[in-house]
Amino acid sequence: MMSDRLMVSTRKGLFTVTRRGGSWEIAEVDFLGDNVTLTLTDRRDGLEYAALDHGHFGVKVHRSTGNGWEEIAAPVYPPKPEGYEELDMWGRPLNWSTARIWALAAGGADEPGTIWCGTLPGGLFRSIDHGKSWEMVRSLWEHPKRKQWMGGGADLPGIHSICVDPRDSKRVWIAVSTGGVWFTQDRGASWAQRGEGMRAEHVPPELTHDPIAQDVHCLAQCPAAPQRMWVQHHNGIFVSSDEGKTFSEITGVEPSTFGFAVVVHPRDPDTAWFVPEIKDEKRIPREGKLAVTRTRDGGKSFEVLTKGLPQSHAYDVVYRHALALDNTGGRLAFGSTTGGLWVSEDQGDSWACVSHTLPPVYAVRFG
Amino acid sequence: MAKVMFTPNIQRHVPCPETHAAGCTVGEVLANVFAVNPDARGYVLDDQSALRKHITVFVDGTMIRDRTRLADAVGEASTVYVFQALSGG
Repeated sequence: MMSDRLMVSTRKGLFTVTRRGGSWEIAEVDFLGDNVTLTLTDRRDGLEYAALDHGHFGVKVHRSTGNGWEEIAAPVYPPKPEGYEELDMWGRPLNWSTARIWALAAGGADEPGTIWCGTLPGGLFRSIDHGKSWEMVRSLWEHPKRKQWMGGGADLPGIHSICVDPRDSKRVWIAVSTGGVWFTQDRGASWAQRGEGMRAEHVPPELTHDPIAQDVHCLAQCPAAPQRMWVQHHNGIFVSSDEGKTFSEITGVEPSTFGFAVVVHPRDPDTAWFVPEIKDEKRIPREGKLAVTRTRDGGKSFEVLTKGLPQSHAYDVVYRHALALDNTGGRLAFGSTTGGLWVSEDQGDSWACVSHTLPPVYAVRFG
Repeated sequence: MAKVMFTPNIQRHVPCPETHAAGCTVGEVLANVFAVNPDARGYVLDDQSALRKHITVFVDGTMIRDRTRLADAVGEASTVYVFQALSGG
């Protein structure tokens, strides 16, 4: 069944948008004035989670059972060992403290209450009690190569994508900006780097193909064919057909292969959507024309979808969590940094504007 | 015991009424405040128990300097203010 509800996280609140009489309208506003960075609707139990960044007062997590929101525990980094010092890429002491929640993902169907949480400056956390408490995944934080992660979308490295294998919930992939793709097959007890074949333009030639140097902007896995993974990368689009072990680059996509977001159809691994922008130094839609690109053949060809999207002086940037696809693969929605929100009910063939006056949009989720 | 007052802006997130707390340092005073108001702790201190980046603390009108160990001295009759720094926007 197609989803009739959107959760839109913005700089100034959480907007719930619902479909009524064939059109989409803002139905509720929660946390008005506060910076909501991400939500998760857990389809296993209906619980909803919202990450907030209060700036002065830090990162918080709220949960709703459908009868209002309550603050629950936020992930907390372990105490830094006495005398231990670690410097970030700027040479400053790295503060072991949650700077942003950048990924929220439900665990598998066989582990109710398990939630994964990716953060800046690079800590991965797991809750097994619906967010009542969080435990850092120490094996990843203490992995010697973790210190090679660098800032990408922010000054600090961060985990922005978490994919739980629908066939086996012990198997989890994460992606780091910057730090590439990582994989565990034992529910986080041990980790291995994945992602051979990606290419980074921002490092010297000897590091170009190093998997840890890759600035993955977003990693998406096809639920019905988990071996298929799509990556929107800082300098291109990459696709894997072997669970992220190796990737192939897709080139020649108009108007651009630069962007932040990617979603993949839940049943068709060859169908994926992107929101292209002029790379990388400008980060605006080409010629001010907002577009979505779609491939239906695994990246061999792409369509440029613009019907209903502004085609003049549009400077909308769509962040990595701000493009969403519903469970059926029929409906899409995306929100922009300039407060635009669009919905498509025909896989992107046409779009309807819900609003162009929202606060900057950080995340859009069906749920 | 020192008097401890919090910025009004924190109140809508977590109630922090004016209170009195014992302690010879900022860290000791705040630890005693948070012992009876644990929900407020994470709003003022980060994961390493240092002052959050955009929080400031004044003791008798002087901004504290030790933001990590919170070792600045507090007197029996001191007033401790926990404010937002304007640097946080």
